[in-house]
Amino acid sequence: MIKFENLTRYYGDVCAVDHVSFEVKKGEILGFLGPNGAGKTTTYRILTGYLQATSGTIKVKDYDIHEDQLEIKKLIGYLPESAPIYHDMLVYDYLNYIADIRGVAEAGKLPHIKKLADLCSLNEVMHKTVSQLSKGYRQRVGIAHALMGNPEILVLDEPTVGLDPNQIVDTREIIKRIGKEKTIIFSTHILSEAKATCDRFVIINKGKLAADLTIDQLKDLTKDRSFEDLFRNLTRGDNQ
Amino acid sequence: MKNKTTENVKHIFKKEFKSYFVSPIAYIVISIFLLIMGWLFFSTFFLNDQASLAVFFAKLPAAFAFIIPAVTMRLFSEEMNVGTYELLLTLPVTFRDIIMGKFLAAVAFVAVMLAPTLVYAVTVTFMGSLDWGTVISSYFGALLLGAAFSAIGLLASAMSRNQVVAFIIGMAICVCLALLTDFLLYFLLDSLVDFFQYFSAQYHFQNIAKGTIDSRNILYFLSVIFVALYGANLIMQEKK
Repeated sequence: MIKFENLTRYYGDVCAVDHVSFEVKKGEILGFLGPNGAGKTTTYRILTGYLQATSGTIKVKDYDIHEDQLEIKKLIGYLPESAPIYHDMLVYDYLNYIADIRGVAEAGKLPHIKKLADLCSLNEVMHKTVSQLSKGYRQRVGIAHALMGNPEILVLDEPTVGLDPNQIVDTREIIKRIGKEKTIIFSTHILSEAKATCDRFVIINKGKLAADLTIDQLKDLTKDRSFEDLFRNLTRGDNQ
Repeated sequence: MKNKTTENVKHIFKKEFKSYFVSPIAYIVISIFLLIMGWLFFSTFFLNDQASLAVFFAKLPAAFAFIIPAVTMRLFSEEMNVGTYELLLTLPVTFRDIIMGKFLAAVAFVAVMLAPTLVYAVTVTFMGSLDWGTVISSYFGALLLGAAFSAIGLLASAMSRNQVVAFIIGMAICVCLALLTDFLLYFLLDSLVDFFQYFSAQYHFQNIAKGTIDSRNILYFLSVIFVALYGANLIMQEKK
């Protein structure tokens, strides 16, 4: 479904993503993990068309990011880190606007928005402006934004950061529920959460691929130690 | 495909146009514009003893040069500053859709700002016979001028994430174009004035305002619009 091929991105002289290659299969929930500054967000930004790759490419289905960016954007719903949303817009207006841009047909628009509002528990804030919302609600508006128009692929950059424990559980439930029919890439710093939700794990460190594991391989590796230990080993081992 | 593009331009236009009026800035800008123009026009109107709007239109380029960059400064700067720029670029729209949507919204705003000044024309008809042909061509020229300055303001806004910087850059360019003819008269030989005034927005606008609509004058404004919008496109490309 999604194929990263030698993806590389430089910011000036700094290499943020360094020849990363891996593949995401259809219907998979992939945990994309790594310490802060490992290059996760940069990878997402290249995949979603916000940034350009310095070299290498990503293929989504048969589309290539260098040639068919618009087609790829149509397939992907993206929740950027900390979900920046227009402060002065009403939640309803915002979702309506995204539905229009995503090409949701006029007839099915209202039911679709209602469905997403139910799914993300946004009903009581639909007529508030985004600036009035708490962080948890903003994050949920961001998730509704990502789900708008039923994209086949979801890219969620730390969807549970800043949420309270109840909201974290809710969000995880949403991801699991929609993950049954969609391909999802998401990142988190809570490793137990990743382990509970994902089918596969890709760990990157300093822009390089550090591990690519299925859930079974991970269970094998974490038999006699915690996931945290494994993570530290993979992402700090090359420091010393 | 072409249809989808115009649809997207329409959605972005609608969103941008609406967002002018949810903040108080639009009302403040329009009030200041009407106040200053009303004063400039009517303070000398009875001294001139002519039933014409020529004085009003003579002051318009200078007023637009200050007001329009203030209207357009937020178009891109705010999005880059708040982070919504990332959301915008990852939606399935092209740079052209975004630029055209924002540009047309700014032009529509200028039209709204200009509309109440039609009252001046109506007032003048009570005092003498007004040449409506000239008035109509002047308003047509004013819209072209407003569109050209909007495009420049949009370009300036794409240059910086700081709205104040965007405003100053936009204003500097617009003031140069608006007052070029006046500057030149002081500093240059007559023969050079003839050449340089082709770059002056004031010169082309006054030609249209006289009532002689010449394709050269229209072409001038269309070129300014094209160059500015194309420049904005290049800057967006460069930022990736």
